[in-house]
Amino acid sequence: MTVEKTQRASYDGVVMAVPVTIPYMRYSIESAQWWIGRALSALVAQAGIKSLDIDGLCVSSFTLGNDSGVGLTQHFGLCVRWLDTIPLGGASAIAAVRKAARAVQARDADIVACVAGDANHVDSFRQTLENFSRFNQDAVYPYGAGGANASFALIARNYMRTYGVTREDVGRIAVAQRANALRNPNALMKTPLSIEQYLAARPISDPIHLFDCVMPCAGAEAFLVMRDDTAASLGLPAARVLSTIERHNAFADDPMQLRGGWAKDIGELYAMAGVTPDDLDVVQTYDDYPVITMMQFEDLGFCKKGEGAAFVREHDLTIDGDFPHNTSGGQLSVGQAGAAGAYLGLVEGLRQVLGTAGPTQVKAARLALASGFGMINYDRGLASGAVILAGPAR
Amino acid sequence: MQSSNLLELAGAISSGAVRVVDLTFTLSPDFPVIVLPPEFSPAAPVRIQELSRYDARGPAWYWNNVSFCEHTGTHFDAPIHWFTGKDLPNNAVDTMPPKDMLAPACVIDCSAQAKQDPDFLLTIPVVEAWEAQHGRIPERNWVLLRTDWSKKGWRDYANLRDDGAHTPGPNPAVMKWLVEQRGIIGFGTETIGTDAGQAGHFDPPYPAHHFLHGAGRYGLQCLCNLDQLPAKGAVIIASPLKIQNGSGSPLRVIALVSSS
Amino acid sequence: MINPIDPPRRKNPLLRTRLPASPPRARSRKSHGFTRAAAEGRFMLQRCAACNTFAYPARDACPSCLSADLPFVDAPRRGTLLAETTARVPSDVYFRERAPWRIGLVKMDCGPTIVAHLHADCSEGAPVRMSFQLDKSGQAVAFARPEEETPNMDDDRQWREMTADPKFRRVLVTNGRSAIGLETVTALQAAGAKTVFVGVAEPWRPFAGEQHLRKLDGIEIVALDASDEKSVANLAADIGGKVDILINTTEYIRPGGVLDRKGTAIAREEIDHAYLGFLNLAQGFGPAMRMRGADGVNSSAAWVNVLSVYALANWPAYGAYSASQAACLSLSHCLRAELRPGGVKLTNLFTGPVDTEWFQMVPPPKVAPRAIAQAIVAALKSGLEDVYVGDVAEEIRQRLAANPKALERELDR
Repeated sequence: MTVEKTQRASYDGVVMAVPVTIPYMRYSIESAQWWIGRALSALVAQAGIKSLDIDGLCVSSFTLGNDSGVGLTQHFGLCVRWLDTIPLGGASAIAAVRKAARAVQARDADIVACVAGDANHVDSFRQTLENFSRFNQDAVYPYGAGGANASFALIARNYMRTYGVTREDVGRIAVAQRANALRNPNALMKTPLSIEQYLAARPISDPIHLFDCVMPCAGAEAFLVMRDDTAASLGLPAARVLSTIERHNAFADDPMQLRGGWAKDIGELYAMAGVTPDDLDVVQTYDDYPVITMMQFEDLGFCKKGEGAAFVREHDLTIDGDFPHNTSGGQLSVGQAGAAGAYLGLVEGLRQVLGTAGPTQVKAARLALASGFGMINYDRGLASGAVILAGPAR
Repeated sequence: MQSSNLLELAGAISSGAVRVVDLTFTLSPDFPVIVLPPEFSPAAPVRIQELSRYDARGPAWYWNNVSFCEHTGTHFDAPIHWFTGKDLPNNAVDTMPPKDMLAPACVIDCSAQAKQDPDFLLTIPVVEAWEAQHGRIPERNWVLLRTDWSKKGWRDYANLRDDGAHTPGPNPAVMKWLVEQRGIIGFGTETIGTDAGQAGHFDPPYPAHHFLHGAGRYGLQCLCNLDQLPAKGAVIIASPLKIQNGSGSPLRVIALVSSS
Repeated sequence: MINPIDPPRRKNPLLRTRLPASPPRARSRKSHGFTRAAAEGRFMLQRCAACNTFAYPARDACPSCLSADLPFVDAPRRGTLLAETTARVPSDVYFRERAPWRIGLVKMDCGPTIVAHLHADCSEGAPVRMSFQLDKSGQAVAFARPEEETPNMDDDRQWREMTADPKFRRVLVTNGRSAIGLETVTALQAAGAKTVFVGVAEPWRPFAGEQHLRKLDGIEIVALDASDEKSVANLAADIGGKVDILINTTEYIRPGGVLDRKGTAIAREEIDHAYLGFLNLAQGFGPAMRMRGADGVNSSAAWVNVLSVYALANWPAYGAYSASQAACLSLSHCLRAELRPGGVKLTNLFTGPVDTEWFQMVPPPKVAPRAIAQAIVAALKSGLEDVYVGDVAEEIRQRLAANPKALERELDR
């Protein structure tokens, strides 16, 4: 007996508002709790509400230590009737908005704060890698390449060999994002990056070189999820959630990962939103590592599988180009603040469609797609998701 | 005997008029031991286990556990050691009369003969020739067989070949004669054992053990510095440890020798 | 193509010795199925008893049918290398010191994909032969070698981190008086050991094979009586910093159990030679060996014990001997743990009755001393930890795994 696939419920009435970025620091002695607290404080101030008005909380972090979400409610003086902690790495933001959306639709909560923040002490990164997952502990970490670098290197190597992708092809993505980042005062990378510099950079784990790697840092990102009537009553500009997808451990039979979970559900993303890939004004992908961005261009429907390199060669990915992508600079140029890296693209996408991106604003951006990818467990990234947002002007 | 003679003796030792000669090998783990056929219970070699040396195991002191078979290194054999002496009274180291621990010694020099022949045997004619020169062996004296064997490197000292040890010692006749005709208190050698290396083949086997202990007399072996003793006139002090029902023990054997 | 490694130069006494770092040690309990396989030189994977799917990494339910019945079984070793990467800047201290370090992803013919260390002669798309090896943390890791033999294969840098190859190393054979000791000396020389120190106790006592031993070139006969702590300390003072591999060939074998003996004199010798001798050797040579585990081509690498298989299951005809071996076995596990931070392996060889005088009355099959010597060298070259030599030892191993009580009763004949 097969299970019948039914139509998913729409996201009518669900909006996102108040994009918050707490500027990143390379190293900070503050705790993850501190960074999350800054983000909550900014949410409350910019929304013109009191913290007790928040009645739903969704949090993601790698460095909370022995705190889980509920400990934070007491820490921050929140009283919530809906609570979730999401450990999906780079897919956490997409998962957060999906869960919060259903909560506010069902009126289980009215104002949900979605927040991610991480500390970066000198040994934070190493500790995170060592405790990442059981399969990593047993079958990856002992092989010495230090966590994600080796796993992504193997995926990159296989992908590049399979489709004839060169480093120069991949490098275009990093170069374009750096150009975008130079317009973002919060980006940690502040110097231009040429393709020559990208190619000449020292190898980390072949074929991954220095500028393929994000810089771990401390920081926080956040937004609110509510119903459109709530946003209106607060006088908040808001973006409508048109559609979302989420998928974990897709294509397990692929000997090596050449496609992410989006490839399985991408039709549904556009169908629910009632738009086509060409309708999008700005795209934010999860860029840890740029070869995964190329994979997302294929799996999110912008080109066919195996044509990602050609796509990148044929398009201008800068803010003023014909395919504005990772307009804040992406994690590659802004920094990866742990789980907040999952939020970076979605928060920037929200700013874009609200018209509040400032120096990185794409003209007349109304429709944005943000995708997430994460949890490299053993030999592939397990988690994936994507969301399409529409600004008030659309 | 007046006590002033004893004090004179003490003074003479102090002044060097009476020399004290140490006839003992240092008791150490690498000294050759008696080798028996492997089917028999093996004699444990000397083992010295350091307990502490001014360290965390004992901050102000140094001491060792020492373990050994009764018959290792320079050692004493009591009559109970051999089956022929097993029923005699006062035959163990803890019951033997203490006065037996001091006695004069006659030293018979066979070093030249032993140099030529590792299986050299002391015989009655050899002893009689010595007596012709030095006088009769008195009763209750030690007879010590000097062979200079103690000066050898230890491989030659043990001198083990594929038919056993080849080291000098007494023949059966001379042992019986020394015990019965001369009333010696004991017999001492420089080699491992009071008997010759090949004495297992004699009749009776191991005649030194057989006759000495069968008559309640004593054995000393692995002695050294016998070449520093006069043929007659040295007094041997040999007091074994007072081990409960012990058959022997390593000990300090010293000789008092007049300097003149 | 691998160039043969060069013989190491004399150590520069003015330079600090690099201390042994350890690759990551943490493992789940289930994945110790690989530890067991690597220790014995077997290649084992979990295979679902319900649907026959092979699974890797180790897990608690079948990814195909969710059955919890996932025993480790001997598995086919062949796979294909799908992709490789060379880590240039690892964050882990052990790998950072040894960078660049090459790993890859292998698709096994029997199904799973395995992240593995790579031999330099493996190439993408080519078939490989997989094994599980014990790395310097003492844990099992997957290692891919080319399917066919290639020149100087054992000299691969990454492979040598998994093994204790005697080539160019200095080896102490603690007891050269025994037949096993003598054969071991010969086997080590044939395997390219630079120096073999041969311990001889009681040099005043001759032994069979002495003529032969003293005529051998390239060895150094040293005074060593393992049950005398001073003798061990003196030798360690002389050569302790130069012992890269120690082969403990102490031997004291007598028949007899408990009630058929009188007194404890023989038992005392058994304990003195085998157990206290082992302790003395470990205290004398262990600390320096543990410190030199990362000291170049001729780093310290292994401690090998030759034990009776009856250490694992007492044979009453040799009951006291079995017990002394059991004591040594337990102690060896302690020493293994203590040497591990130095990256020094402890290998136990278990053998059935050996074809020497003290097992004269035992009917065949018996193990030739030469077979033991060759097994020692093979264990060092493959980095094994538990080795069973000969038919009797292998049978005991299997019967212990099946039903130790049956074995106990059947040894009591």
